[in-house]
Amino acid sequence: MIDVEKLSFSYDDEETQEKKYVIAELDLHIDKGSFVAVLGHNGSGKSTFAKHLNGILLPSGGKVYIAGMDTQDDAHTFDIRSTAGMVFQNPDNQIVAAIVEDEVAFAPENLGVESSEIRRRVDECLEIVNMSEFAKSTPSRLSGGQKQRIAIASVLAMEPQVIILDEPTAMLDPKGRSEVMKTIKKLNQERGMTVVLITHYMDEAALADRVVVMEKGKVVIDDVPKKVFSEVEKIKAIGLDVPQVTELLYRLREMGFDMPDDIITVAECKEVLLQKLKGLKK
Amino acid sequence: MFKDITIGQYIEGNSFIHKMDARVKILLSLIYIVILFLISTPVAYALVFLLTAFLVWLSKLPVKYIIKGLKPMLYILIFTSILNLFMTGGGDVLWTCPFLPSLKITEQGLKTAILMVLRLSLLVVVTSLLTLTTSPLMLTDGIEKLLKPFEIIKVPAHEIAMMMTIAIRFIPTLSEETEKIIKAQTARGADFESGNILKRAKAMIPLLVPLFISAFRRADDLAVAMDSRCYHGGKNRTRMKQMKMTWRDGVAAIVLVLASVLLLAI
Amino acid sequence: MIKVTNLSYIYQQGMPFEETALSDISFEIPDGDFVAIIGHTGSGKSTLIQHLNALIKPTKGKIEINGVDITAPDVDLRAVRRDVGLVFQYPEHQLFEETVYKDIAFGPKNMGLSDDEIRQRVLDAMHFVGLSEDLLEKSPFELSGGQKRRVAIAGVLSMRPKVLILDEPTAGLDPKGRDEILNQLVTLHKENENMTIIFVSHSMEDVAMLANNVLVMNKGKLAMKGSVADVFERSAELREMGLDVPQITELTHRLIAAGVDIRPDIYTVKFASEIFAELLKEAENV
Repeated sequence: MIDVEKLSFSYDDEETQEKKYVIAELDLHIDKGSFVAVLGHNGSGKSTFAKHLNGILLPSGGKVYIAGMDTQDDAHTFDIRSTAGMVFQNPDNQIVAAIVEDEVAFAPENLGVESSEIRRRVDECLEIVNMSEFAKSTPSRLSGGQKQRIAIASVLAMEPQVIILDEPTAMLDPKGRSEVMKTIKKLNQERGMTVVLITHYMDEAALADRVVVMEKGKVVIDDVPKKVFSEVEKIKAIGLDVPQVTELLYRLREMGFDMPDDIITVAECKEVLLQKLKGLKK
Repeated sequence: MFKDITIGQYIEGNSFIHKMDARVKILLSLIYIVILFLISTPVAYALVFLLTAFLVWLSKLPVKYIIKGLKPMLYILIFTSILNLFMTGGGDVLWTCPFLPSLKITEQGLKTAILMVLRLSLLVVVTSLLTLTTSPLMLTDGIEKLLKPFEIIKVPAHEIAMMMTIAIRFIPTLSEETEKIIKAQTARGADFESGNILKRAKAMIPLLVPLFISAFRRADDLAVAMDSRCYHGGKNRTRMKQMKMTWRDGVAAIVLVLASVLLLAI
Repeated sequence: MIKVTNLSYIYQQGMPFEETALSDISFEIPDGDFVAIIGHTGSGKSTLIQHLNALIKPTKGKIEINGVDITAPDVDLRAVRRDVGLVFQYPEHQLFEETVYKDIAFGPKNMGLSDDEIRQRVLDAMHFVGLSEDLLEKSPFELSGGQKRRVAIAGVLSMRPKVLILDEPTAGLDPKGRDEILNQLVTLHKENENMTIIFVSHSMEDVAMLANNVLVMNKGKLAMKGSVADVFERSAELREMGLDVPQITELTHRLIAAGVDIRPDIYTVKFASEIFAELLKEAENV
C-alpha cells in the first residue's frame, strides 16, 4: 500500500550552510489493512516522514509510492491525497467551516463530487466517528476529542484507503485520547483501513500491530509491540517510555529474577506475578 | 459589548425569510438600502418602517433580539443626530441657545436628524435580519455566486468567500485566545487598563505579539490541512448544499420592486 | 499558607448560560507543600487555580494567602500576583519579546525593580529551569518546544513567587521534554523548601512522581483531598470520576483482589520493584 524507498529529506542550514538531514535513506513498506505506529520523540523526523505520505512534502532523495503512485508525479497529487488522508495534531487549526457537516463536506466538494453523494458521505462519516448528533453544531463549542473526530470524519469523506494521523492525541485530555483511539481502532478493525499513527505515547503504540521507532531520521526498531517494548534500555536511551508493567518486570529481571520480557499490559503482568507468587497466596 | 452585536450572528429557523435563497436576500437587502437613502418624505419613511416591521414579523425572530442589536449603535445614533441637529441649517429657527447665539436648531436640522436616526436604525435592522436568518455558509456562498460575473474583471469571488468563511470560523477561537493571553500577562504584572494612550498602546505589545504569532501559526496549519484535503481554489468545486430559488424568492422580489416604485413615486 | 474557605464561583451569573463552576470548596495548603490537582476536563481545576492569584473573583467564600484575604475589595492585586505565580497551559504561546532575557525580565520589570536586581532574578530563574546562559540573547522563537516552555516558566519564577502554580506543565511534550520539566520542578522544590508548588495534571504518573498531596476535583466540587497514597488507594472512586490511577497501582490493586497480600499504596515503579523483589524472595523460600 505504501512503499518508501531510500527516502531522504534535507534542508540547508542558514547559519552553517550545511545540508541537514531530517530523514536519511529510510526504507519502509506498509501493507494494506495494517495498523502501524510510528514512535519517536520530537525532532526524530516522524512528523516530516508523515507529511511525505500524502505529498505535502516531497522527497529530496528517494521515492514514496502510495498505492503505486509516485508522490512526485504532479498528475497524481489529488489521487494521492484522497487515497492517503491526513489528520493533524491541533484540532483547532485544521477545521475550515463554522458548521460540522460543512466541514465534513469540504474535501468531497474540493474533489468535485456530486451534491447528493456528498450528503450521503457526510452522514455516513459522521456516523462512523459517532458524531451524527452534532452535524449542525459549531466546532468551537465541541471538546478536543470531538473536534478531532470531526477531523477524522472530514478525511474519511474522501473515502481514502489509508489514514495517516500525525500525533492526533497530543493536545487532548485522557477522555479525548481514548475516544480518538477507539475511533482509530474501529477504522482499522471494522473497515479494514490502513492506519499510520504517528505518536510519542507508548500506550497508543501498543494498540498497533506493528511499531516503527524512529530516531534521527532513521528507523531504529521495527517489530510487533511486544518485541519493541522488550528492548527497554534501547527505548529509554532514545528518550521514550515503556509501559510501567514492562519496566517493573525489567527491573526485577535486572535484580536476578526470571521474568518474561514481552509483557505490555496490566492483565498479562498480573498473571505472571500471580504465577510466581503462588506460594504466598492466603 | 461584542456579545450584543447582532450583525454576523445566525439563528436557526424555519420562517419564510429563513427559507429564501441567500442570493435573493443579499440583492434585496442592497436594493432596500439604496431605497432607504433615496426617499425623503415622512410618508415614505412610515411605509418603509411598516415594511421592515412586517419583515421582522415574517422572520419569527424575537423583537427583543433585534432591538438589542441596536444597542451598540446607540452612541453613533446619538452622535449623528446631535451633529445633524445643530449643523444643518435652513427653514424656521426653532430654538436658539441663550448663551451662544450661533448655536441653533432649525426646522431642516430637526428633520435631517430624525431621518438619519431612522435611516441608520433601519439599515442595522435589515442587515441584522439578513445575517440572523442566513447561515454563514449560505451567506458566503451567496456572495460568491453574486460576485461570479465579476470574475471577468478579475474579482476573486471564490477567494473572498473562502476568506469570509475562515474568518467566521476563527473568530471564537481567537477571542478565546485573546482572553487567555490577557490573563497570562496580567499574572506577570502587565497592566492593560491604566495610563495614557501612549502607555496603553505600549502595554498592548505583550498581547498583540503572541496573538499575531499564533494567528500566523494557525493560518499555516490550516493551509496545510486544506491542501491535504485537495483544496485547489474554486475551480471544479461542487457544493453539498445547493442554492435553489423558490416561489418565495419570486414573491419577495416582486413585493420589494413594487414597494420601491411606490416609494420613489411618493 | 493557602486557606480556601467555602469558595463558590458561578459563571455568568444571572445570564441564560449560568453555570456553577465551583461549589463550596474548602482546603488548606501549608507552606512548602507540593500539591497536585487532578480532575477531568470541565471539573473546575482551571477555574480554581485562577482564583488563587485573583484573576477570578469568587462569587462566595474566602481565600487567604499567608494571612492576606485576597478576596477583600481593597487588596493589592499586584502584590497577590507577585506572591502567587501562575503558569498557564502551553505558556510558550505567551512569549513576545525579542530576546529570552527580555521575556523573562517582563515580570520583574513590571514590579519596578532596579536593573541589577532584574538581571540577578533573570539569571536565577534561568538556572532554576536549567537553561544555559548562552540562550539569553537569542530570540525565544528560535528555541525548541521544551526550551520555550522553560523560558515561559522562568518568566514567572523571576518574580520570585512564594507559591508557584502550573496548569498542565507537561501538556503536549514528548517523554523526554516531560521528564526535563518534571525533574526541574523537583530540583526547584528541593532548593526552595518554603516555596509551595501546585500543579494541575492529567497524568497520574506525573502526580505520583512529584506530589505529596492531591486535590481531586469532580463536577465543580472537591471530591477528595489527601496524600498521594491515600488518594490512589481509592482507585475505584477515581475511575468512577473518569480518572485513572498509575498502571503500577492498578496492577497491585488487581493482585490484592486476586488474594495476594501486598500493601495498597504503591505508585512508583521503583518502589514497586523493591516490594515485589522481597515478595518474590519469600515465595522462592516457601
